[in-house]
Amino acid sequence: MTATTERLEHCDIPVSGMTCAACSARVQRALERTPGVSAANVNLMTNQATVDFDAALVATESLVEVIRQAGYGAEAPGAQLAPDELLTAQDAARSQEIATLQWKVVVSGIAAVLAMGFMLVPTGWSMQLVNIILLGISLPVVFWAGRHFYTRAWAGFRHHSADMSTLIAVGTGSAFVFSVAMTLAGGWFTARGLEPHVYYEAVVWIIALVLVGNLLEAKAKGRTSQAIRKLLGLRPTTARVVRAGAEVEIPLSELTVGDILIVRPGEKIPADGAVIDGTSNVDESMLTGEPLPVDKGPGDAVVGATLNRHGALKVQVTATGGDTVLSHIVRLVQQAQGTKAPIQQLADRVSAVFVPVILCVAIATFVIWFDFGPGPWYVHALAAAVTVLVIACPCAMGLAVPTAVMVATGRGAERGVLFKGGDVLQRASELDVVVLDKTGTVTEGRPTVTDIFTRGEGEAELLRLAASLERLSEHPLAEAFVRAAHDKDLPLSEPRRFEVRAGQGVVGEVDERSLAVGNASLMQAEGIETSPMDHRAEALGTDGKTAVFVSLDGALAGVLAIADPIKRTSKAAVADLHRLGLEVVMLTGDARRTAESVARETGIDRIIAEVLPDEKLDVIHRLQQEGKVVAMVGDGLNDAPALAQADVGVAIGTGTDVAIEAGGVTLMRGDLAGVPEALGLARRTLRVIRQNLFWAFIYNVIGVPIAAGVLYPAFGLLLTPTIAGAAMAASSVSVVSNSLRLRTA
Amino acid sequence: MTAAQWAVTLGGIAAIGWVVYYFFIAGGVRAVARVGAAGVQRVAIEVLGGYSPSIVTVRQGQPVRLEFHRADTDSCTEEVVLDGFSIRQYLPAYQTTTIEFTPTLAGTYDFSCGMGMVHGKLIVEGHGTNDGHD
Repeated sequence: MTATTERLEHCDIPVSGMTCAACSARVQRALERTPGVSAANVNLMTNQATVDFDAALVATESLVEVIRQAGYGAEAPGAQLAPDELLTAQDAARSQEIATLQWKVVVSGIAAVLAMGFMLVPTGWSMQLVNIILLGISLPVVFWAGRHFYTRAWAGFRHHSADMSTLIAVGTGSAFVFSVAMTLAGGWFTARGLEPHVYYEAVVWIIALVLVGNLLEAKAKGRTSQAIRKLLGLRPTTARVVRAGAEVEIPLSELTVGDILIVRPGEKIPADGAVIDGTSNVDESMLTGEPLPVDKGPGDAVVGATLNRHGALKVQVTATGGDTVLSHIVRLVQQAQGTKAPIQQLADRVSAVFVPVILCVAIATFVIWFDFGPGPWYVHALAAAVTVLVIACPCAMGLAVPTAVMVATGRGAERGVLFKGGDVLQRASELDVVVLDKTGTVTEGRPTVTDIFTRGEGEAELLRLAASLERLSEHPLAEAFVRAAHDKDLPLSEPRRFEVRAGQGVVGEVDERSLAVGNASLMQAEGIETSPMDHRAEALGTDGKTAVFVSLDGALAGVLAIADPIKRTSKAAVADLHRLGLEVVMLTGDARRTAESVARETGIDRIIAEVLPDEKLDVIHRLQQEGKVVAMVGDGLNDAPALAQADVGVAIGTGTDVAIEAGGVTLMRGDLAGVPEALGLARRTLRVIRQNLFWAFIYNVIGVPIAAGVLYPAFGLLLTPTIAGAAMAASSVSVVSNSLRLRTA
Repeated sequence: MTAAQWAVTLGGIAAIGWVVYYFFIAGGVRAVARVGAAGVQRVAIEVLGGYSPSIVTVRQGQPVRLEFHRADTDSCTEEVVLDGFSIRQYLPAYQTTTIEFTPTLAGTYDFSCGMGMVHGKLIVEGHGTNDGHD
């Protein structure tokens, strides 16, 4: 049996020059006859050949050659564009669109002014001559500046879909055709008692105004995704690495995991990595929103695109390209922008039927004016129908929600707040209660020695001796002693004897002194009188601190207090949450007394203490059963189930982690300050969305009937098509501009 | 009413009926995904004032590759949004942009342009049963 090395591959090749089904069939046959091709399909509509082939027998380049020999154009398929390349392509397309629109606005604007001049200033020329001149003026506007409205309307029509172009095309097209008929066959109409009446001026003005609207809209829409561009722009383009013992500067694309980076003061860190040498402080505000620079030394993780401030760092690269934190953030923001807010459903439902409904309203308007309106019919019926078509603005409705979500998610990312989607933004704006996990969220999550009270022995010596003994203990509080001694540069000694008393503490011998470190029951067991310092221990307990007694050579030497310090931003964050009208609840497994002291200090309204880790989820559930919309703020790892149960889960990051899977909102900063910021942004966003939707709906609900002439019988009020065009252009621009206000929110 | 008014009225009613029929009832090109190498379900969709095909049927649980070829420069269709898959993708003009995902739940999903004006449907067929998607 012979082994075959078949490497089945698949590729799409863009084909140009095909005009009919016979062409595509010819290309397909040519490909199918090529050895190694197992299947080929050529699509005339997408101008694309799709080929399954054995890469061992034939290469993509040969397939391109086969198509060329068959008489058609073909290019080797390009790779899929990366997110930043797509953005660049989008920017280029947008600039191109804006440049073209600018020219069209200029030409149609000049034409509009000329047309108005001819209508208003008496020339003494015959009506026929003036009409022919007006026709001449409107030709470039209709056939060049406004051409895309007609081609797009036609393309949509073929797909049974209709959009804004349809309305403009039908409105201006019918007015233009009518006017041309009046101009060229004026005699025929006059003979039948119809005074020639033309709408060139209206056609030119409508197209000019809608183009101005499109131009402003294109410029504004470009700004809605500016935040992502800004994030991508943070990355430096080159990196300085050590290669073969020498420093060389290389393009970022050549950087690989394991490379050693040299980052000088004032430079951006090119990629994610770990510091292997040097100390510095790093400004991470662009990613985390944390205003204070973070100290970095050997072993610390650093994130690409952050700014190294004072010292030189040697960094080993741990992630590059698409795997970096920055790329992750960009992907999350893009994903968030693709998730719709539920509030959009209504707008979606309306815009899906909007244009055909308006077409029907315009037809009905024409019929009613024709049947019941004052004469001449062709002036009023046609004008009213065109006005209805032109004033209706589906764009305002379609733009109301997505533009606000785009701007808000981008703005959030700039501040280190990542929303999972529009749905999360909406829920975050409807909250009643915010539940905070205590340890690691409100507090540092790291027990620290906060007070030392001694009887005769020096504070430093007492700490040094206690830490020397505790060094061998695995109790969580022991770490606090060792860290405190380390921070004070105290040299620790090796204990001669070490014994753990479970539930009480440790005893042993250090520097030839016998030592006991633990709670009151340990002291009692060792026969040591604690009464001289009982009042200290009592007071520390009231403050939510843990009192640890230390005895030296059989006598009480002092009390050390250990507490999990409150993060410096917690108090202000709770106050901000109160300002948003939210109830703040703290959830903890700690004793009630400890929790109460933290709550007192930070202003938290309610505590739920002594909760086992797996009960956190039930607590959230109970709050929800009270009819409350609940947000849970936690660290994303231990609190994942509770975060998932909450209406909005807010995962607090460690500054470099993106644990978005756990929560709907991820804060890049490791403190609570981001919580009121996120919830405040969500509220402002929903306010803007409601304004947008209200404006878009009310505009159409009021504008369309007035355009149809409902106010004519009572007040004689009738809009002109030109005014309708101006209103339409203004309405969609105002919606996008309103969303852009969130950029500075 | 004069004969002309009768004619215009009847013509108007007929035109309204036709608009309703043409845009709401008729139309929609259907396509079933072709399963290629490695079980990937592929559908080429042309974007030109609308989606063609606009109704795409795929199987649940197998990777789907939608190949959008945008053949116009209308900014209305510059983005495609796939409801239920958290995808909002920019489509460069005159290029084919591939979107890949695996539908895990059977049901009917909408896809539309960024502004919700142009629509298509993605029908994900379950394995035998039809467990719906809300």
